[in-house]
Amino acid sequence: MSQNTQPASASRRRPVPLWAQIIVWVGLLALLALIGVSVARSQHKIIGVGSSVPDFNLTLFDRYGYGDRTAVKLSDLHGKVVLVNFWASWCVPCESEAAFLESAWRSYQRSGKVVFLGVDYVDTPAEALSYLAKFGISYPNGPDLQTRISQIFNRSLGVPETYVIDQKGVLRSVQIGPFQSADQIQAVLDPLLAGK
Amino acid sequence: MKRSFLVLILLLVLGAAWAGSASAQQPTPSDDQVNAIARQLFCPVCQNTPLDVCPTEACHQWRELIRQMLAEGKSEAYIKQYFVDNYGARVLSEPPQVGFNWLIYIVPPVAFLAGVFLLYRAYRTWPRMQKESAPESGSAPAAKDEYVDRLEEELRKRR
Repeated sequence: MSQNTQPASASRRRPVPLWAQIIVWVGLLALLALIGVSVARSQHKIIGVGSSVPDFNLTLFDRYGYGDRTAVKLSDLHGKVVLVNFWASWCVPCESEAAFLESAWRSYQRSGKVVFLGVDYVDTPAEALSYLAKFGISYPNGPDLQTRISQIFNRSLGVPETYVIDQKGVLRSVQIGPFQSADQIQAVLDPLLAGK
Repeated sequence: MKRSFLVLILLLVLGAAWAGSASAQQPTPSDDQVNAIARQLFCPVCQNTPLDVCPTEACHQWRELIRQMLAEGKSEAYIKQYFVDNYGARVLSEPPQVGFNWLIYIVPPVAFLAGVFLLYRAYRTWPRMQKESAPESGSAPAAKDEYVDRLEEELRKRR
């Protein structure tokens, strides 16, 4: 009697077809692979002091170009010390260091060995330009389009932040928050110019 | 006479066209019009704050930028694209349907349908399994076990 019921129940419990199992497993594996790839792509390599800075392109505001250029690439500045300052017109602490940056820039401008780059972080162009005019900024400045440049520096703490890159393209100094004086900026730049 | 009448008509038509174009640019877009676009965008600086309710000075500037663009006759699509070009796709409240973003649109409905299918299967299978297991547990003898056989044999010998 029990021998008759056993095969009957087994036949009613139809197993999931092999093709369906394959589709489900392949689908799950493909999904996991896609998630893995997207996570890997979203992970940015963290650059710290001593790391080589990846190349970036900064589109410059009108009247804030580099010579006659309307855009500048970091790789074009090889052999010079580059100071990259992130700022925004809505950033109150940025205002406190604006005069120091401009003063320091003017002291190095003639030497041609140092380049200051102002990177305007998520801002409106009109407000950014009036900020630059208000503080009499004269060094090259441009917007951080799609935050591509700030992502290279793995910024997350806000503005202002300043990164100093040496003649070989290596990150040598990071300043989180505003500089307190032009001397403080020179104290960072002078050793690099002296080859230290 | 006929000529001067034609000139007058022409002047009237030109005047009406100028007035129409001027009036199309004049009205300042209302807050509702600005917020209709702003709520589709997120503050590029603050985390997870829609632009229409963001209280910061920066967000106020962006809302004014939207108002200015609307006043210039720019379309909603143009304004959204401007924000993407300047601040990245992360400012969009709905991610664009490109690349890996498709996962966001495909995986949840597929997972939901798979869940519904599994529930349906379970709903169909459980009552049948209960019917099958009920008589088996009541009437069927225990499975033949060598150990039980040996135990019974030992007991028989001791009697």
